[in-house]
Amino acid sequence: MADIVVTDPHGSGAVQAPGPPVVPAFQIVPLRGLPVVGLILIGLVATVVTGTKWPLDFYHVVGGGLWTGIDLFVGFVVGPILGRLSVPARIEFTTRFMPKMVLIMPTLVVCTLAGGWQLARVSGTLVAGNPLHGWIVASFIVVGVMAVVALGFLEPANIAVLFELRKARPNPEVVARLMRRFVYAAGVTGAMQVATLVIMTRVAS
Amino acid sequence: MREPVAAVRGGDQRRALDGATDGLSPGRSVLERPLPPVSGLCVGSMALVIVGGIWMAAHLPHRPPIGPAIGLLASGVLLLGLAVLLLFRTAPFAWAQFFLVTRWALAAYLVIAGLLEFVFVKDGTAGVTLGLLTGMLAVFALDVPMIMGFTVARYQEHQE
Repeated sequence: MADIVVTDPHGSGAVQAPGPPVVPAFQIVPLRGLPVVGLILIGLVATVVTGTKWPLDFYHVVGGGLWTGIDLFVGFVVGPILGRLSVPARIEFTTRFMPKMVLIMPTLVVCTLAGGWQLARVSGTLVAGNPLHGWIVASFIVVGVMAVVALGFLEPANIAVLFELRKARPNPEVVARLMRRFVYAAGVTGAMQVATLVIMTRVAS
Repeated sequence: MREPVAAVRGGDQRRALDGATDGLSPGRSVLERPLPPVSGLCVGSMALVIVGGIWMAAHLPHRPPIGPAIGLLASGVLLLGLAVLLLFRTAPFAWAQFFLVTRWALAAYLVIAGLLEFVFVKDGTAGVTLGLLTGMLAVFALDVPMIMGFTVARYQEHQE
């Protein structure tokens, strides 16, 4: 991977020279992670086929916990910090962080949803008339809103910013616009995750 | 490989733009290019089929009233079709990047939609309900790659 020479804004010694921002070499989709994703999904299919409660619980709780935690952390902690970084720092962080998110988030979402659906079926909360059915439907609605925001705005911005950064001369305004979209979308999904926490703790109580 | 970096500070986009002399491409054309609302139409289409999916799922294991579900699916298909139509009438456009992203995203989202379809079939969903859910999953699996491909390609330079 290419080294990065970051200009020190306080002039503490790094060489400042004109030229395009240095972007470290990166893969938009980290191919090394694909076998891991494949294994996780094979495990998910096996879990759904067997319908055993513990593995379903595992996929749903672990997947959902990580999904919620990452969304909240990115939306309310990393996002605001990212928005205040210098452009070179933002570029370096983005090229190391975003490709991992391309693999991690869809995998977590699929595991959480498929595991949760089966869990609701096994525990009977999927059936209309169950006392918790309303909460389950509320969780569908929250997930629906998150899906629209994440897949319609957040993930495309993520991919587009990586493509922009792979150019020989990335356009800073394009990167800024896409990152702004990413940060706002992450904030919305983070807020929806708070609703998820309320619903899921109520269902589990 | 070690290269210098331009001294562009966060929150100072004006300076960044003015900094073509810093080696940053101004690239205003890609930001000001008039394009059809392909992303908006696909997001709308995706929202409609997701609402349809929630409507169906909320009634399971009973068969839901299918009128609203058919309406939502048909509207989703209509918006997606309109987005495709408008997109393919757009010229010039970075088609190579569009198809590169769309192709791989389609492969990924077909796997995801396939997994969800497998779960529905495994649970014994059948008939009209399964048909409608399959249609909604298909529209969903097409919407997402379209949005990703378009969002990437719109910021690329034209390829005549």
